[in-house]
Amino acid sequence: MPFFLRFARNYGALLGLAILVLVVMVALLAPLLFPASPWQSVGDPFLAPSEDPSYPLGTDMLGRDIAAGLAYGARVSLLVGVVSTAVAVVIGVTLGALAGFYGGRADDLLMRFTEFFQTIPAFAMAVVLVAIFSPNIVSITLAIAVVSWPPVARLVRAEFLSLRSREFVQAAIVVGQTGPRIMLTQILPNAISPIIVTASLMVATAILTESSLSFLGLGDRNMMSWGFMIGAARTMLREAWWMSVFPGVAILLTVLAINLIGEGLNDAMNPHLRGRKG
Amino acid sequence: MKTLEFAVQRLSKAALVVVGVVVLNFLLIHLAPGDPASVLAGEAGAGDAKFIAQLRAQFGLDQPLYVQLWTYLKGVLTGDLGYSYRNQVPVATLILERLPATILLTGCAFIFSLVLGIALGVLAAYRRGSIIDSAVMTGALIFYATPLFWIALMAVLVFSINLDWLPPFDMETIGAGLTGWARALDIAHHLILPTVTLGLFFTAIYTRLTRASILEVMDLDFVKTARAKGVPKARIIRRHVLRNAILPIFTFASMQAGQLVGGAVLTETVFAWPGIGRLMFDALMQRDYPVLLGVFLVTAIVVVIVNLVADLLYRVVDPRIEAAG
Repeated sequence: MPFFLRFARNYGALLGLAILVLVVMVALLAPLLFPASPWQSVGDPFLAPSEDPSYPLGTDMLGRDIAAGLAYGARVSLLVGVVSTAVAVVIGVTLGALAGFYGGRADDLLMRFTEFFQTIPAFAMAVVLVAIFSPNIVSITLAIAVVSWPPVARLVRAEFLSLRSREFVQAAIVVGQTGPRIMLTQILPNAISPIIVTASLMVATAILTESSLSFLGLGDRNMMSWGFMIGAARTMLREAWWMSVFPGVAILLTVLAINLIGEGLNDAMNPHLRGRKG
Repeated sequence: MKTLEFAVQRLSKAALVVVGVVVLNFLLIHLAPGDPASVLAGEAGAGDAKFIAQLRAQFGLDQPLYVQLWTYLKGVLTGDLGYSYRNQVPVATLILERLPATILLTGCAFIFSLVLGIALGVLAAYRRGSIIDSAVMTGALIFYATPLFWIALMAVLVFSINLDWLPPFDMETIGAGLTGWARALDIAHHLILPTVTLGLFFTAIYTRLTRASILEVMDLDFVKTARAKGVPKARIIRRHVLRNAILPIFTFASMQAGQLVGGAVLTETVFAWPGIGRLMFDALMQRDYPVLLGVFLVTAIVVVIVNLVADLLYRVVDPRIEAAG
C-alpha cells in the first residue's frame, strides 16, 4: 500500500495534518491577512471577542489585535520548532552514529557525555542558556537544540549498533568502503524511519519549550509569540480572559496536530507494529 | 555483580556527574557576557569605575577564572556555597529555606500523576475499544499537548476567579498566624492547584505509557495461557500483566526528577510558590550567580540521587536483571 494511504488510514493523523496545514497557511499569509504590525494598537483597548466585528478575537490592553498576534506568533512557533529540531537531530545523529558504529571507547565516551546531558534538567538549562546569551530567536533556537538532542543520540546509537552486524554492512566493509560512507549510504537509510518519527514529536516539544520561555519573558523582543501573549495576559486574567485563552488554544492545537501526525507516521512506517498501541 | 559493588561503582559515577555539572555551569555563567558587578553597581545608582572595581574585588571577580573555580569547588566540599551578591546571605541558607516547598510540590505532583496515570491507563486498557477508552485517551492526548503554564492560568481563571474555591497564589494565607493542623490544612488548600497543574502533563504520559505497556504484555504467550486456563480477566491484569507492564513505567518515573524541576520553575513562578524553582529564576534575572550555581548544584545532587535509588530499585522490581552494565 502506498505510504500516504497507510498514513491516511489513521483518522487522527489526517486531522492533525489538516490542522497543521491551516496553521502553516496562516503563518505564511500573516502579512497579507494582517498588514499592520501585531505590535501596533489598531482598536480600542480591552475589546471583548465579537464586540467589534473587525476584531473577532478581541484586543489587548493596548488595543492590539489578538488575531494578528496569533497569526504572527504561528511563524515564531513553527520556525523555532522546526529549526531547533533540525539542529538537535544533526547533533544527535552524528554522535549516535559514531558511538554505535565504532563502539568501544568512542561509544563509552560519547554515551557518558550523553548521559551527563540528560542529568541536567532540560528546561532549567534552556532558561539559563537563553537568559545568559540574551533572548533572541537564535539563542532560543540553539538553547532548545542543545537540551533536546540526547534522546536522538541514544536512539541512533541503538539502531547503528544492531545494523552494524547485519550482512549488508559486513559486505560493505569487506569490499573496502570507508566508515563514513558506510554510515551515510548503508546504515542511515535503514535507520531513517524511527529518526523521522522521533523528530516529528520533538518539533511539538520544542514548540512547547519555546512558548514556556517566552511566557517567562525570555522571548525575542522583536517577534510576537504565543507564549509572550499569554505572559502579558497574566495580570489581566480577571479583566480579559480572551487575551490568554486564544493563544493557549493555538499552542494546544498546533502541538496536538504535530503529535497526531507523529503517531500516524509511526504507524505508517512500522506497519508490523500497527495495533500494538491499540 | 554484587549489589554493594554495583552501588559503589554507581556512586562514584554519580559524584563525577555532579562535579561535571558544577564545572560546566560555572564556566558557562562566568564566560557569558554581562558583568554582575556593573549590574549591581548600576542598581545602587553608582556607575563609577572605582565602585565597580571595589565590588569585583569583594566578590573575588577580579581573580583569574581558574582561581575562582578552584575557590568555589573548595568551598562546596566544606558545604560553603558562597554568599548571595544581592542580600548578603549564605547561599546554602537561602536554598535550605526554599527546598522543602519545592520537595512538597514536586513530590505531591509526582505521586498524583503516577497514581492517576496508572489507574487511567489500566482502566483504558481493560475497557479497550470502549467509550471510556476513547475518552481517557483523548484526554491524555490533549493534556500531553497543553503548555503547563497555560493550564495554570486557566485553573486560576476557573477555580480562583470564577468559582472562588481555591487560592490563586502563595503557599499559605499570609498573616493568618495559623499553627499545627490548621496551618497544614491551609497549606494543603494552597497546594491543590499547583500540584494538579504540574502533574497533569505527567499524568497524560503515564496514562499512555501504562495502556500501551499493558496491551503489549497482554499479547504475550503466558497471558494467553492464563486466559486459556480460565483465570478471571481482572486477576490476570493484576497478577500477571501489571507486574511486567510496570517496568517501562518505572523507567520513565525514574527519569522524571529532572523534568519536574523544569516544571517547578514555571509552576512556582505562576503560583508565587516559595521554592527553589523561583529562586533560580529570580537569581538568573538579577545575575545573582552564586545563588544560581547553588541551585544547580543542589538539583543535580537530587536528580543523581533519585537516579541512583531508581537503579537499585529496578533490580528489586525486575529480579531478572543481574546488572548487565
